[in-house]
Amino acid sequence: MSSIVPFESDPIRPAEPRCLTISVDGERIEGLRGQSIAGILLAQGRTAWRTTVAGRERGVFCGIGVCFDCVGTVNGESDVRLCLRRARDGDTVETQDDSEEDTR
Amino acid sequence: MKHVLVIGAGPAGLTAAVAAADAGARVTVLDSGTGPGGQYWRHLPPERPSRREARLHHGWSEFERLRERTERDGSIDVVTEAQAWAIETTGGATVHALIGPSDAAGREALALEADSLVFATGAHDRTLPFPGWNLPGVFSAGAAQALAKGERIAVGRRAVVAGAGPFLLPVAQSLTATGSTVLGVYEAARTPALAKGWLPRPWRLLSSARKGGELAGYLAHHLRHRVPYRLGRAVVEARGDGRVEEAVIARLDADWSPIPGTELTVAADAVCVSHGFTPRLELPIAAGCEIGPDRFVTVDDDQRTSVDGVWAAGEITGIGGVDAALAEGRVAGHLAAGGDRSAIGPARRRRRASADFARRIEAAHGVRPGWTAWMREDTVVCRCEEVAYGALLGTAAATEQGSLRSVKLTTRAGLGICQARMCGRTVEELTGADPSRAADTSDRRPLAAPVRLGDLAGLSSKDDPQKGEH
Amino acid sequence: MRTDVVIVGAGIIGAACAREAARAGLSVTVVDRGAAASATSARGEGNLLVSDKAPGPELDLALLAADHWPGLAAELADELGGAFPDIEYQRKGGVVVATTPEGAEPLRAFARRQTELGVEAADLSVPEALELEPHLDPAVAAAVHYPQDAQVQPVIATEALLASARRAGAKILPHSEVVGPVRDRNGRLGGVRTAAEAISAGAVLVAAGPWSGEVARTLGADLPVRPRRGMVLVTSRMRQRVFHKVYDADYFGATQSSDEGLQTSSVIESTPGGTVLIGSSRQQIGFDDRLRVEVLARIARKALRLFPFLETTSAIRAYGGFRPYVPDHLPVIGEDHRDPGLWYATGHEGAGIGLAGVTGALIGAQLTGAEPALDPRPFQLSRPSLAAHLSPGGPT
Repeated sequence: MSSIVPFESDPIRPAEPRCLTISVDGERIEGLRGQSIAGILLAQGRTAWRTTVAGRERGVFCGIGVCFDCVGTVNGESDVRLCLRRARDGDTVETQDDSEEDTR
Repeated sequence: MKHVLVIGAGPAGLTAAVAAADAGARVTVLDSGTGPGGQYWRHLPPERPSRREARLHHGWSEFERLRERTERDGSIDVVTEAQAWAIETTGGATVHALIGPSDAAGREALALEADSLVFATGAHDRTLPFPGWNLPGVFSAGAAQALAKGERIAVGRRAVVAGAGPFLLPVAQSLTATGSTVLGVYEAARTPALAKGWLPRPWRLLSSARKGGELAGYLAHHLRHRVPYRLGRAVVEARGDGRVEEAVIARLDADWSPIPGTELTVAADAVCVSHGFTPRLELPIAAGCEIGPDRFVTVDDDQRTSVDGVWAAGEITGIGGVDAALAEGRVAGHLAAGGDRSAIGPARRRRRASADFARRIEAAHGVRPGWTAWMREDTVVCRCEEVAYGALLGTAAATEQGSLRSVKLTTRAGLGICQARMCGRTVEELTGADPSRAADTSDRRPLAAPVRLGDLAGLSSKDDPQKGEH
Repeated sequence: MRTDVVIVGAGIIGAACAREAARAGLSVTVVDRGAAASATSARGEGNLLVSDKAPGPELDLALLAADHWPGLAAELADELGGAFPDIEYQRKGGVVVATTPEGAEPLRAFARRQTELGVEAADLSVPEALELEPHLDPAVAAAVHYPQDAQVQPVIATEALLASARRAGAKILPHSEVVGPVRDRNGRLGGVRTAAEAISAGAVLVAAGPWSGEVARTLGADLPVRPRRGMVLVTSRMRQRVFHKVYDADYFGATQSSDEGLQTSSVIESTPGGTVLIGSSRQQIGFDDRLRVEVLARIARKALRLFPFLETTSAIRAYGGFRPYVPDHLPVIGEDHRDPGLWYATGHEGAGIGLAGVTGALIGAQLTGAEPALDPRPFQLSRPSLAAHLSPGGPT
């Protein structure tokens, strides 16, 4: 399972992070300021959020905006690479499901 | 005063920017990331300051020096979150970029024409497909690294690192530094290939002193953490119900073909794989730069491309590591600004020493054709369009096609949203395409990034590039 | 090498002609300078339209093609079996809209003239148009439904025709550029020379799309075919929201224009792959294939006028190609009256995919002396409307 290094025990001695809240498919999720949306999901242990045409789950693969596996809909705009997109407080994220007809 | 436009703010791009400013130019740097540093110095955002971030990096003081300089110097403007999406060459080269949060609608449009252009767009991992590589929990090695350094995310608790090349070592180190247990680093190259690549002239490795030290450091780190480093092995399958639960590791022959009966299954929740690098060539190609048979931007000893006024530096000119990138960036930036060649003799010599490193990596770790033996009929080759290996080869055979354009359009391999960035080289190799032909290369992408139609429609109707102002 | 017919060009026109000729019992060799199915045939949407054809010979050809395609698609599927990809033939119908009040009546009048000649066309009220295309901008001034309009995946269709031609004995030689003619002592054309060999043939058929003028010149003839550049945008995958071929009525004006400057007109449709194709542009700039952002911007602007929802969708790819343009806007199909043995099947501009099958049939019939399905004379090079475009001295 993916996770985030707890800042208290991180040897690089980070300052105490500040939080923000986004909603993912209607659920409120807390993240840290400066995180990418994918980073927030991975920190929650979520490694998959998109569903392909064949009904397979996908999450981050390349992590640097090249593979587009991690795309989601952010504030109504589809196909946003969540690994690149910095979260902003109040962002509304919807996961994308290409396997369903007529529901996106 | 010359205006130099640098694309990419990694080691090569930042060095080029500083060298160009030192030579008297006004410099604009565009980078699609949220901060400078590129993938090599991928770091935490300013919202998450850390006192000992340097621990995660090599050459961090060099980065801090470059960053401070570019921030302080009024003649250098680093524009982050700047996605260059097209280059027009109907007049002088015009670079079109959108500025703002990644993939957002309504970003600010910029059209730049500069006196000189320096490409430093870098490279991304090349991952060969294998059964299960599309399961969540399989990452490119670069993803594991970027998430560890840039977000302090551990992609898994029990991780396997596999593929080919010296880059696997820092990835494993980054993983252990996030608290992951690295079960092993599995390098496809076998001892003879490594010896051929690295041993005949070991002083060459040492002469590229920092690189040698960096690698030695990683090995020491792995000894300390008891991370096994195994040669001649590969992850030939990832398995799990909806996500990775185990990895199958097999021994390889010299051709990278798995040796039957040697499979070993380990429980893991993350598999991090890289088989080398693919340079990001779409923008240099759009600018008209010649690409060599080695699939890198062709440059001369001055980092000059085949197009007048256009330079290239860093991994797009050959995978040479950070020392090469810094030396090349310095040469490119200095000359792009109209600087005198006599001032950069040392950088040009360092650049040559590093080129040797690139050749050694290819000799030791270059992809060998036997890997296809681990593929199955239903193994996905194109992740976006979920095109399976059997369907791809079957259609190419039915159409008797070796040309990539037709193969892509008849199978949909490489037609998806990543535009063949992940599978392009693999599809080329599997179908026998000849990438020296324009119709057969997967690197040509006139749209270098997705653009929303509303943003396209909103572009000013007159061709009116701003001269570097925004 | 000896063959009855050598065809220059392995695009969809060459493929369809090769298939017909080979099935008629002729020995056929197809040569192409590049790979098969990789130039103009791989650069378009795959339109099989009757809606954009004005009364005249091209409409006759298009109506024949509309009748011909379902059978051809079924034959290819039967012959090639399940291992071959589906050519994605869909008789999805077209919806042509006028976006301005001034454009409404000309669109309706055009449709009325077409229906007199057998085109199925139904004038739609705005609610009816929205029933067919719920995401269309309700501000459209007029709309006409053309159920005969269809779509095919052009590269798969080309490959299928080539595969079928191969099964009938045709030989396909990619990467074989024609460098000159083979002529006998009297100057009669008797084949072509490629870099590798001389191929002697009773008939040489030029089906090289926009490059046909150059191929003809290499063979010693002049042919008024010129390239006309076009660009198409492809979106990322989305839930289907466009159900027909939907285009702006000003598209017809753009196809029939001889203006060399840039013209854009909306043509929008979904593909079975889940993407939306957005065209179109027409520009006569030779074989200059450099990207022009202004062209893309204009295509996008016009597309949003038809489907406002497209505003936030992403274009992931832009591709451009060259269409074979003939000054009188009709294809050239048949033997050169000045140079026996030299044949043409080219100049279809944007209609080549749709008209390929019937073009192949016309060529096949003429090569074998069979009765053609329609009068071939309007498509011959000797037609009066091209006289002014041929060099007065005749073949060189």
